[in-house]
Amino acid sequence: MKFLFKTDYEDDIRLFPHSGYLWTYGTLLVLIAAAPFVLSSYLISQLVFVSIYAIVGVALLILTGFTGQASLGHAAFLAIGAYTTAYLQQFGVPFPVYFLTAGLLTGIIGAIVGFPALRLHGIYLVIATISFALIVEEILARWESVTHGNEGLRVKTIQMLGTTVPRDSAGFYYLCMGVLIVVILGAINLLRSPTGRAFVAIRDSETAAKSMGINVSLYKVKSFAISAAITGLAGCLFAHKLTFISPEMFTLQLSIEFIMVILIGGAFSLHGAVLGAIFIVMVDPFLTFLKDDIPGAIANFSMLMGAGAERAAAIEKSTAAVASANGLKGAIYGFLIMAFILFEPLGLYGRWLKIKLFFQLFPLYKRATFKRQKIYVKSERNR
Amino acid sequence: MSYFRAENLSLHFGGLKAVDSVNFAMEKGEILSIIGPNGAGKSSIFNLISRLYDPTSGRLFFEDQEITHEPPYSIAKLGIARTFQNIELFENASVLNNLLVGRHRHCTSSLWQEILYMPSVRRDEKIHRHKVEQVIEFLDLEPYRDRVISGLPYGVRKVVELARALCTEPKLILLDEPSSGLNVEETTDMSFWIRDMKSELGITVLMVEHDMSLVSRVSDRVIALNYGKVLAMGQPAEVQSHPDVVAAYLGA
Repeated sequence: MKFLFKTDYEDDIRLFPHSGYLWTYGTLLVLIAAAPFVLSSYLISQLVFVSIYAIVGVALLILTGFTGQASLGHAAFLAIGAYTTAYLQQFGVPFPVYFLTAGLLTGIIGAIVGFPALRLHGIYLVIATISFALIVEEILARWESVTHGNEGLRVKTIQMLGTTVPRDSAGFYYLCMGVLIVVILGAINLLRSPTGRAFVAIRDSETAAKSMGINVSLYKVKSFAISAAITGLAGCLFAHKLTFISPEMFTLQLSIEFIMVILIGGAFSLHGAVLGAIFIVMVDPFLTFLKDDIPGAIANFSMLMGAGAERAAAIEKSTAAVASANGLKGAIYGFLIMAFILFEPLGLYGRWLKIKLFFQLFPLYKRATFKRQKIYVKSERNR
Repeated sequence: MSYFRAENLSLHFGGLKAVDSVNFAMEKGEILSIIGPNGAGKSSIFNLISRLYDPTSGRLFFEDQEITHEPPYSIAKLGIARTFQNIELFENASVLNNLLVGRHRHCTSSLWQEILYMPSVRRDEKIHRHKVEQVIEFLDLEPYRDRVISGLPYGVRKVVELARALCTEPKLILLDEPSSGLNVEETTDMSFWIRDMKSELGITVLMVEHDMSLVSRVSDRVIALNYGKVLAMGQPAEVQSHPDVVAAYLGA
C-alpha cells in the first residue's frame, strides 16, 4: 500500500496526487491515440459515441451528481446544440464558431431553465425538466422555418483548416476525444475551486450553504448553465456523427440514457461519466449480438443436447422472437437501473474502488468496510 | 450605539407568537447567552438573525447597518456566522472541504479563472488553506482533516461545525446549542474554546444553550425567554435566580 506524505498545500491541489497517476493516465492517453490504428472502424465509431455520451455524462454529473439537481431534460439541451449546429451551417459559418455558439446558446437556455427550477426540489424538479424536454421536442417539430419539422435537417461534414473531417474518420474520433479531455479537465478544475465546493454545499445542505455566504440561487443557475453548455457542445458533435437530425431522436428515452450513464458509472466522481458511457454505448452491440448470434447458438446447443432438427428450428425461432422483441432495450435498461440501485449505488467506479482497496489491503480487507451506515436524520425545516 | 441590536423583533406564525417584541443589544466582544424552555423562541431568533425567516415586525442592526432585509447569503458576508442545533454539515464532503466552504465569502475568483485554474486561483486556494489550517489547529481537528463527515462521531461533527463557522472569519458568531449531545469533557473543551474565541480572536458570541453550568461559565450576560417574550436579562446568576425564570422552568 502506498502512503502519501504531504508536505505542502500543493499536495492537496495538484491534478495527479503522485507519479503513479501520471503513468496510468499517460498509458490511457497512448491507448486512445493508438486506437484508430488497431481497432475496427465499427469500434472506433462506438468510441465516438462513448466520448459524446461521456461529455453529456460530465455535464450531468456537475448538475445532478455535484449540485444535487436532478434533470431529465438533457436530451433537449443536446437537441438545442445539434440544431444550432445544423442551422448555422447553412450560412457557411466555420466549425469552431458554430461549435462554440452551440455551447454558448445552450448554456444561456440552460440558465433560463435554471430560474424556474430554483424553487423546485427532488421529484418536482425532475417533472419540470421533463416538461422542458417535451416543450423543446414540440418546438423542434413545429418551428418548420428553422428546424424543417419532422423532416429533419441534414448536417454537412466538418470543414476545418482546409480539410474535411468525415464522421467516420480518425480525425473526427480525435476531435471528440479531445473535446472530452478538455471538458473533463475543465470540470476537474471547476470542482476543486470555490464554485465546485459551493455546488457540493448546495447538494448536501442548502440551509448551511446560505449561512456560509453562498448565493444558492446564483450557483444553481450557474450549475444549470454550465451543464447545459457542455451538453450543447456534445450536441454539435452528436449532429456531425449522425449527419441527420430530427426531433424524434431527442426523446425522453435519450434523457433516461444520460441519467443511466451517471447512475451506472457512479454519480460521485467524474470517472463515473466515462465508465457509464462505455457501458451504455456497449448495450447496443450487445443487443445486436443477442439478435444475430444467440438464437443460432441456442439451437446448436439444443441439437447437441439431443433435440431433433425440427425442434431446434422452433427453439431458434422463439429465441429470435424474444431477442428482437420491441422494447427489449427498455426492459434491459429498467432491469439495469434496478440492479445498480439495489446492489451497487456507487456505480461501476464505486465497485472499482472497492476492488482496488481489496488488493491494496490484501489479505486484511474486511467485508464490512463499505457496509452502508445509518445517517443522522437531518432537519429539512429551513428549506 | 451598540454593536448588534434587535428592536421589537417579532415572528408570528398565524396566532402563534414564536418571538414577540424582543429587544436586546450586544456590545463588541461580549458573550451573550439566550436560555429558555423548549419552544421559547430561541432558535427562531437565530433563524431571524441569519435571515432564514422574515420577521413579522421589528428591525435588526449590525455595526450600525440595518440587516433586516438582507438576503441570507449576505449575512455571512457582513461577518455573521452560525452553527445549527441539528448539525448542518456537508455530509459527503471531507472535513477539509467543509471548512473550505466556510472560506467562501473571501473567494473572489471568476468562473473562467476557475475553469482554467489560473495561477491566481491556485494562490488564493493556498491562502484559504492556510487560514483553514489555523482554525484546525485552534480546535484540535488535525486527525480528522481528510475524513468524510458521514463517518465521523457526533462530538467531532459538532466541533467541525464550529470550525466551519470560524473559517468565515466572523465578527459575530451565533452558536445554537454548542454543547448538545456532548459529554462532560467535550463540553469543558467547548467552554474553553468559546472563551478563547472572545479573548484571542475578538469574536462577539451569541449563544443558545441549555447547559446552565456552561452558560454561567462563559457568558457575560444572559437573556431568559419564554413564549417568545423576554423574561429577564442580566448577569448569569441574577437571571437564574429570577422568580419568573424559575417559574418558567419549574412551573409556578
